Amino acid sequence: MSRSGARVGVVTFPGSNDDRDALRAVECMGGTGVSLWHGDMELGDVDAVILPGGFSYGDYLRTGAIARFAPMLGAVRGFAERGGPVLGICNGFQILCEAGLLPGALIRNRSLRFVCRLVDVRVETTSTPITSESRRGDVLEIPVKHGEGQFVCSDEELRRLQAEELVVFRYVTPEGEIDDDANPNGSRDAIAGVRNDRGNVVGMMPHPEHAVDPDVGPTGGRPLFESLLSRVLERVS
Amino acid sequence: MTVFRFEVIVSLKPSLLDPQGKAVEGSLPAMGWTNVKDVRVGKVVELTVDAPDETAARAQVEEMAVRLLSNPVIEDYRILEVEEIA
Repeated sequence: MSRSGARVGVVTFPGSNDDRDALRAVECMGGTGVSLWHGDMELGDVDAVILPGGFSYGDYLRTGAIARFAPMLGAVRGFAERGGPVLGICNGFQILCEAGLLPGALIRNRSLRFVCRLVDVRVETTSTPITSESRRGDVLEIPVKHGEGQFVCSDEELRRLQAEELVVFRYVTPEGEIDDDANPNGSRDAIAGVRNDRGNVVGMMPHPEHAVDPDVGPTGGRPLFESLLSRVLERVS
Repeated sequence: MTVFRFEVIVSLKPSLLDPQGKAVEGSLPAMGWTNVKDVRVGKVVELTVDAPDETAARAQVEEMAVRLLSNPVIEDYRILEVEEIA
């Protein structure tokens, strides 16, 4: 199946540092990467948007707090409201939470230390553009690298996330079991990624864009890009 | 118009574990202070506002605190006593 028709925009903010990896991952997986600039008002002709990792605006005040006011975020919000697929990775996840497009928030890791390691995450729902071709319970090996990745939310919000299946990924052991040692940052309920009510906006702390090339490590990110690109093609055709 | 000075104190909600506070709390006994508990670390935002009166200035600071200075999902804020400086 050729996926060359799918155009995935990646937004570069001042301080983004995974934007090129995200573009490369899209290209590796057969899509077309489109570089987008935080100061522009228009998304242009794209079928999906990725907010990449990094330290947008120095992460001053709170992670993602300033980036959400970027002109491009207005266009991304409109795109999301029309049902367009939006994926926030790491800092992109933090931005989507700050923008109110995703529930919860991300605070300093429980350990207070920056973590950079491979983790295993379990797919908890297939009702998202990046997990539609996975199965529930699939375990993917993907790296994390962050200082503020501890997912938190109120008790009430957690019950809603669980009841409405808004949790997309949980940190697990390689066997797929929830275990405190497998949770790299102390995230509540081992949550590694969530989606919005409609399912088209997803945020995750692990970096699938760093896990697509077998020459440089695990390939747990590949199924997620496969889903995204094929889903996008369906919308296009 | 008058210039008012404000301090906005932003802190993690009490229901959330504060990792920074825990780290500070954990290091105090090593310096001999063994009687300290419940340490929480927040931040202070100082600012001045040019406004017609104190009520208007405070209302604006309130709105800024909700919309930018704090994230209501995880943080509480307090606006400290205003000082009229010019």
